[in-house]
Amino acid sequence: MEEAKIRKVDAIVIGGSAGSLEVILAIVAALPASTKTIIIIIVHRKNDAESLLENLIKSRTSLRVREVEDKDPLRYSTIYIAPPDYHLLFESRKEFSLDMTAKVQYSRPSIDVSFESAATIFKDSLAGLLLSGANADGTAGLISIASNGGIVLVQDPSSAEVDYMPQHALANAKVDFVVTANDLPAFIASICK
Amino acid sequence: MRGLNKHIIGDEELEQLLNELFLTHGYDFTNYAQASLRRRVNRLFIVDRISSFAELFYKVKTDKHYVTHLVEELTVNVTEMFRDPHVYKILREKIIPVLATHPVIRIWHAGCSTGEEVYSMAILLDEANLLHKSLLYATDVNPSVIENIRKGVFPLHHMKQYSENYIQSGGKRDFSSYYTAKYDWAIFDQKFKARMIPATHNLVSDRSFNEFQVIFCRNVLIYFDKDLQNKVLDLFDESLEKLGYLVLGSKENIRFSPIVSKYGQTDPHEKIWRKLKSEK
Repeated sequence: MEEAKIRKVDAIVIGGSAGSLEVILAIVAALPASTKTIIIIIVHRKNDAESLLENLIKSRTSLRVREVEDKDPLRYSTIYIAPPDYHLLFESRKEFSLDMTAKVQYSRPSIDVSFESAATIFKDSLAGLLLSGANADGTAGLISIASNGGIVLVQDPSSAEVDYMPQHALANAKVDFVVTANDLPAFIASICK
Repeated sequence: MRGLNKHIIGDEELEQLLNELFLTHGYDFTNYAQASLRRRVNRLFIVDRISSFAELFYKVKTDKHYVTHLVEELTVNVTEMFRDPHVYKILREKIIPVLATHPVIRIWHAGCSTGEEVYSMAILLDEANLLHKSLLYATDVNPSVIENIRKGVFPLHHMKQYSENYIQSGGKRDFSSYYTAKYDWAIFDQKFKARMIPATHNLVSDRSFNEFQVIFCRNVLIYFDKDLQNKVLDLFDESLEKLGYLVLGSKENIRFSPIVSKYGQTDPHEKIWRKLKSEK
């Protein structure tokens, strides 16, 4: 196995499920105001009309935060959140799209779907991070990121509230870095432009 | 691993497939949003157990039944009754009272799939005592899903969810009073379909066919690229009376379209626009 290199990327996709919220909030809180890299967050959650997640994230960062609408442009220095009950896809480096096709891994949004789509668009200028959770979503997406040359990151299962999801990824995908919840904020900030 | 052995269609293959569908069968998918369309094409290889692009292409060239199936797979048919109940609450409280003043209420459900939303709207109109003077035009590109609207039959196991949605939308009656359960099916009251006009209509290629006070098109535009979205929004604009309402999906927007200057959003959180001007 070749030595994985830490490098700065244009986009980071972060997938999480049960037990991932605190880690996500810690990561966004540690991003410097000068961050250019696009951060895209895909979490399994209920369809609520009140944008709770968006507001929580906004309270922790000075960066722009937006729950994605169909065909929204991708802009640097922005944190995007996949809307509930849609799959989030990338048309190009400049445009999102949404889709409401069947759930994947019992999930919509599915982490696999967004990771696979991001991998084909951003290639080696992408990092994918999989966090705490109780299902197998995300593993296939990480495999796709690896085969497109991106950086594959997994939360250390011993530091995860629910270790099934990161454990499943470690067992099936080629992972570049396994990082504890405590170290993730600094690590993510270090690969941002 | 699931991720390793699936077929991923190449750019040229996709172009070849879309050309064939258009030239031979008249279905134009060329302005569909690519990322999602690719997913659905790739899925065909798995669900239909097709091992190569050549095999898929041969089936499309030679098997008409397969083309029907393929078009159903490539167009997305996901819908539910009273989906996003807050939208129906606004319809109930703010929009239906305005519609009540019209002698005849004409509503177009564009790309309505199996018709769950059409029945939801018919129930709202019925509860406002307006169903008798309403016409609900229900159109979709797939003839098979249109057939379901004519039948008015829906899977019984969805009714619990639909009933919860109905209550959240402000519904006060017993939702089960609107249908009869038979085996695994809920058969909806005949009075609803009596006011519906189901028809096939292709948003990509067909024209405006009437003027309406409300047009619903929820979670259809997401499958189109921006050019096609703008073309379809023009078609809706042509088909909407002044002061009529356009109801889109909860993550869709008209802000990229030139028609936006004629419209006002009825509530900043809802994807309902009112046509305020006839001219730009």
